[in-house]
Amino acid sequence: MPFSLLKYGLKNDYPFENDVDLPSPTALKKHYDVVIIGGGGHGVATAYYLAKYHGITNVAILEKGYLGGGNTARNTAVIRSNYLTSEGVKFYKESVDLFKGLSNEFDFNIMYSSRGQLTLAHTEATVRSFRQRTEVNTHFGGKTELIDPQQIKELVPTLNMNPADMPILAGLWHIDGATARHDAVAWGYAKGATQRGVELHQLTEVTDVIVENGKATGVKTNRGNVSCGCIVQAVAGHSSVVAAMAGIKMPITTYPLQAMVTQPVKPFLNPLVSSSALHCYVQQTGRGEMVFGGGSDPYPLYNTRSTMDLKESLLASAVEMFPFMANLKLMRQWAGITDMTSDYSPIMGLSPVENYYLDAGWGTWGFKSTPICGKTMAQLVANGGKVPDLIAPFAMDRFDVFRQVNEMGATAASH
Amino acid sequence: MKIMHCPLNGPRNISEFVYGGEVKPMPNPHTCSDKEWAEYVFYSDNTIRIITEWWYHAPSGYWFIAERHTASDEILKTYDPSERFDQRIEFDSKPELTQEPSI
Repeated sequence: MPFSLLKYGLKNDYPFENDVDLPSPTALKKHYDVVIIGGGGHGVATAYYLAKYHGITNVAILEKGYLGGGNTARNTAVIRSNYLTSEGVKFYKESVDLFKGLSNEFDFNIMYSSRGQLTLAHTEATVRSFRQRTEVNTHFGGKTELIDPQQIKELVPTLNMNPADMPILAGLWHIDGATARHDAVAWGYAKGATQRGVELHQLTEVTDVIVENGKATGVKTNRGNVSCGCIVQAVAGHSSVVAAMAGIKMPITTYPLQAMVTQPVKPFLNPLVSSSALHCYVQQTGRGEMVFGGGSDPYPLYNTRSTMDLKESLLASAVEMFPFMANLKLMRQWAGITDMTSDYSPIMGLSPVENYYLDAGWGTWGFKSTPICGKTMAQLVANGGKVPDLIAPFAMDRFDVFRQVNEMGATAASH
Repeated sequence: MKIMHCPLNGPRNISEFVYGGEVKPMPNPHTCSDKEWAEYVFYSDNTIRIITEWWYHAPSGYWFIAERHTASDEILKTYDPSERFDQRIEFDSKPELTQEPSI
């Protein structure tokens, strides 16, 4: 690298003139083998793995807005696998493993930063559930330990050990917990996919799905109609709305999720800290800003507005955990739209419409699963609808047979 | 602060209310299929439009119905459930067992 830098330093031309990240927009073709609705992390990752592992490159990603501009840019970028069920842990564990290698794979820095995630227990019941999560996680190769208050104090000296008069009894220390730059993940996948021939069409809104005899055959867009071999829907936040175009009703309710960030301060908090009882998680970004988030809003809405109620309750909890943060100023707030399922697990795989595949119900846990979603959805498409074992438990029809995958306790407010 | 008009208590802060789900007809749990019951419990249109939904005023323990738009969050109407449910609904408290419990 230093020699090539020196070489370029002595040249007159800008060295990367022809090394563009994304090709210029082209006209829509009449037909694609695969149409992916939604150009967020999951959509572009699916396209990337389709092209890379399965040689399927006649693929169009149709994005209403811009690349990674939806919930991919709105999450708080937490990566972890310390879930409760074996189905969940297996799935997210593989995602964490994929994340670790992404920067190298893309030759593009996704700023993966492995800092560990600490979840706090304030009741005996939570401690018991943490024991179970530790065992399940360890069994599937994750690095998770149950730690006592003394260890928590050493790990996070600035933490109030008695927040809101609820003493911290134990902590679930997830060593694999990490963050990454969420935009970079989408950019890296998009760059890799388009280099292999996938077309990314931004500002291209799907207005209807063409279904003939129970089979999806194409989409109508604001730029004309496109026929296709199959469709993958990856539109977090609008899953029910888009699925309704194909005549599919989903077991999803959509809520806003609000988060906020303070002015930057000196680095003091390495792990991501969340409290199961205070419904709040706190982390310090690489730039020193403090990011807070919590659970979804109390009632359904398709709107990213901000509310005073949630800000008050979330900040009250954050200040209980780190009292000196009361002096910090809030810099920004935002919201994402989360498609919540009643068991807090996603809906992946087949739909009642043939050749129409679902990657939906990603609620508040979508970012951390981006790589594995892309990989498994690509397998599903490439094998013509043969559901990979890893995502079989997340089929939509699990609700019809009352076989939910309950991740509520491991998800609610501990992203 | 968002205000909701409670039909019983007048305008109150939205934080006093609890969302109770869309108003939809309940199939008879004794006669419907598992699929129908799953549809009722889990599935929802969940679209962007004005929906009719149950709300609960927690301090006074009062259930009522509201019409609200799911994108603008505008609450257009709130009213007592008696305006909609004016018939007495009979529940079979003891469903006929098709076979004797094995225990």
